[in-house]
Amino acid sequence: MSDPFLSQKDDIRRRLEGRYVGAVPHNQALNLHVVDYRPEHLSLALPYREDLVGNPETGVLHGGCITSLIDATCGGAVIMSLAAPRRIATLDLRIDYVRPALPHQEVICDAHCYKVTRHVAFVRAAAHHGDSASPIATSSGTFVVFRDEGRRPEDGEST
Amino acid sequence: MRLRDAVSAVRETGDFTAIQEAIPYTRFMGITAELVDDEVIGRMSYSDHLVGNAAVPALHGGTLGALMESTAIFKLLWHGETTTVPKTINITVEYLRGARPEDVFARAEFTRHGRRVANVRVFAYQDDPTRPVAVATAHFLLVQE
Repeated sequence: MSDPFLSQKDDIRRRLEGRYVGAVPHNQALNLHVVDYRPEHLSLALPYREDLVGNPETGVLHGGCITSLIDATCGGAVIMSLAAPRRIATLDLRIDYVRPALPHQEVICDAHCYKVTRHVAFVRAAAHHGDSASPIATSSGTFVVFRDEGRRPEDGEST
Repeated sequence: MRLRDAVSAVRETGDFTAIQEAIPYTRFMGITAELVDDEVIGRMSYSDHLVGNAAVPALHGGTLGALMESTAIFKLLWHGETTTVPKTINITVEYLRGARPEDVFARAEFTRHGRRVANVRVFAYQDDPTRPVAVATAHFLLVQE
């Protein structure tokens, strides 16, 4: 069945990609791309690359680039949950590696921003190889939402 | 060089270049380590692709997590008895202040180094070690599953 909103969705996906990947040098360096989105949810994919391998004996990606993928996806899910564009910063991020990652496979992260208060947003996420029922990592994070956009950024405020 | 041989070489020489060279991702990130007063200090050399927010500007939070996880692993390999690469069970990263587009350093402490599992606390900082930009707590599995 063809999706009547497909061209519209493609347009939104391109804009999201411009915002979360194109505007963020490190996300671009990892070639992250938008897989799916809906209100409060965002999914980004990290393509497999030899230069991101953490253990050359197994060929599995390094935990560090999984951390970047999860941080980027959670942050994007928060921004998509806000009524107006605001600057946000990660407060904390916990990642549990529940199953070893497989070599030569892209990693997809699904993030859900399940609660936004005035200053803080709460996110849950999972990373997998395409089957969300079988995650390689589960994660939860909190983000601070800056409400004072006119002010100059100060020490203590980051991405 | 195989990772196993690289780890052995580092134990003999105290020069972490061999490990950094054996791990593609740490090469990509410019992450290395050195011994300073017998302490393993991780270092992520600045490059433009590490930036997360070009407007502030600030380093990407994920890169700080990567540096801290790598530093913990470097320290475990330096002090450990096996050449098996420790497996990350989990990691919690807490972001304290924005990291400027400059080099970042990291220092790790073993809260508990058991036979099977290690609990490691890591501090990431830029010019002032007493003002960390981020801290992390991580558990590592030290034995084969």
